[in-house]
Amino acid sequence: MKVLVAVKRVVDYNVKVRVKADGSDVDVANVKMSMNPFDEIAVEEAVRLKEAGKATEIVAVSMGVKQCEETLRTALAMGADRAIHVETDAELQPLAVAKLLKQVAVKEAPQLVILGKQAIDDDANQTGQMTAALLGWAQGTFASKVELGDGSVNVTREVDGGLETVKLSLPAVLTTDLRLNEPRYVKLPNIMAAKKKPLDKTSPADLGVDVTPRLKTLKVAEPAKRSAGVKVANAAELVAKLKNEAKVL
Amino acid sequence: MAILVIAEHDNSQIKSGTLNTVTAAQKLGSDVHLLVAGAGCAAAADAAKQIAGVSKVLLADAAALAHPLAENLTPLVVDLAKQYSHVLAPATTFGKNLLPRVAALLDVAQISEITAVESADTFVRPVYAGNVMATVQSSDAIKVITVRTTAFEAAAVSGGAAAVEAVSGAADAGLSSFVSQELTVSDRPELAAAKIVVSGGRALGSAEQFKAVIEPLADKLGAAVGASRAAVDAGYAPNDYQVGQTGKVVAPQLYVAVGISGAIQHLAGMKDSKVIVAINKDEEAPIFQVADYGIVGDLFSVLPELMTELSK
Ligand SMILES: Cc1cc2nc3c(=O)[nH]c(=O)nc-3n(C[C@H](O)[C@H](O)[C@H](O)COP(=O)(O)OP(=O)(O)OC[C@H]3O[C@@H](n4cnc5c(N)ncnc54)[C@H](O)[C@@H]3O)c2cc1C
Ligand SMILES: Nc1ncnc2c1ncn2[C@@H]1O[C@H](COP(=O)(O)O)[C@@H](O)[C@H]1O
Repeated sequence: MKVLVAVKRVVDYNVKVRVKADGSDVDVANVKMSMNPFDEIAVEEAVRLKEAGKATEIVAVSMGVKQCEETLRTALAMGADRAIHVETDAELQPLAVAKLLKQVAVKEAPQLVILGKQAIDDDANQTGQMTAALLGWAQGTFASKVELGDGSVNVTREVDGGLETVKLSLPAVLTTDLRLNEPRYVKLPNIMAAKKKPLDKTSPADLGVDVTPRLKTLKVAEPAKRSAGVKVANAAELVAKLKNEAKVL
Repeated sequence: MAILVIAEHDNSQIKSGTLNTVTAAQKLGSDVHLLVAGAGCAAAADAAKQIAGVSKVLLADAAALAHPLAENLTPLVVDLAKQYSHVLAPATTFGKNLLPRVAALLDVAQISEITAVESADTFVRPVYAGNVMATVQSSDAIKVITVRTTAFEAAAVSGGAAAVEAVSGAADAGLSSFVSQELTVSDRPELAAAKIVVSGGRALGSAEQFKAVIEPLADKLGAAVGASRAAVDAGYAPNDYQVGQTGKVVAPQLYVAVGISGAIQHLAGMKDSKVIVAINKDEEAPIFQVADYGIVGDLFSVLPELMTELSK
């Protein structure tokens, strides 16, 4: 069984981004970039399926600028077998990524496509659901447990009220939540070995996809800042302030 | 053109996020329709028609809709959407699961988790864990939107008198089925809509201590219980307690953060609270930068004192 995993290159989760002075965009020049944390969980899940003898091949896919190669190399070092880079300098929004991923999935014919539930830059939480829609496949979003059956997969999902388990027929699209697994650290020998694994290039034009953005960002701004308040000495003082000053009790 | 809101419900009651979504819809137009899609959901439709500001309720009652499976709901919503300028749902796990699937089949973008409506095609939404607010304009014919519920008031649950219209045609797509659920049962208010939230972090150290220390304080205050990711990952609290960028967003009157450091991913979920209290033994903890009132101290001695003070 083949598994396709989508990995996005994003600003590292430890970086606090700044807005450009003219408010046109976020300033991401010279900041640390990493694989989207949810996508590490996606790669890890695929690798575990392979280690368990359930998956035979893992193909990692990334869309975007040249440096997405680094993200793909990380996926290869974690255990993916080969990589596909859909290279473009164009701004890619979730619908465009889903269309590209659909085309790759049609070519590769995987049984599972695994994505992160959310990219921590755009916080969109859309691409997996859109990919499933375009392929006409079932979707298991916000997965915290994946159990492969015969021609189907049971997915436990983190929903607002707790957990929900659904049974999906294969092929299916999954998106990962935080508790699905804990991604491994990549070891140096694996990083070296990853350099020799195949990384193929394609483009939106090759895949016949129009990636024109549908949403235009008119401006970006930092939210109103909260200022630090006061330190109180003890519980008695706190309760008094909450009652008399803040009037929330 | 009218605006369509997809109601989140459990076949008998309308979930609170739907009410905030109705308010967001009213900023786009006065003709707001509410879709109640479920099985045996007449009671939910009955509640829906009384919501202030709803002019029509569409009731799709079919066995295939007993659970909100996106595969079965999507064709229904896609079909209806063509008669509307905007389709909205709350940015809950329900709405986040469903609407992107709808948007893709309509070949339109989805605008995620809006916090403000600037005009019929322009919206504000947080990106980068809420560190940046982006104003975005959609060029699509139908705007498909999820709504951050804390950013809009709840519509009144009574006062409306909408007509109910039956919608047929829902079927089982044959792709997915519901197996089971494990819902967190609690008599406390719902986290996303609570007036007071008490959250615990990694410092609680165990599920037992989380229960013994955080829950009594929450009960004393009539509060909902929240948690940091670290506390959830460690199994101190259920997953649906997680507050933050990738958990729930809350904006209560009072948020009490106990033993939580204040990582940006956590702040993303609570920094719009009216009053923030932080209890942390590290005076340098970033949570104090957003807290209105802070106590530097060991939570295991501060919380019992707080309980005593609140009982006075
Ligand atoms: C992709 C991604 C998504 C994430 N999403 C979320 C999210 O949605 N929500 C979220 O919360 N986090 C999220 N995180 C995790 C986040 O970065 C932090 O790791 C997490 O919030 C830390 O939890 P914490 O504050 O409980 O733990 P810690 O950071 O370990 O803080 C514990 C705090 O307790 C204090 N303390 C210890 N003992 C005591 C005591 N006895 N009395 C008083 N204080 C004490 C310490 O001083 C410290 O400040 C995410 C991370 C990633 C990478
Ligand atoms: N440019 C991209 N390249 C590869 N995968 C992507 C890209 N954009 C989004 N994804 C995948 O889609 C998931 C959800 O992203 P989003 O819908 O933008 O929040 C991510 O976690 C990735 O798995």
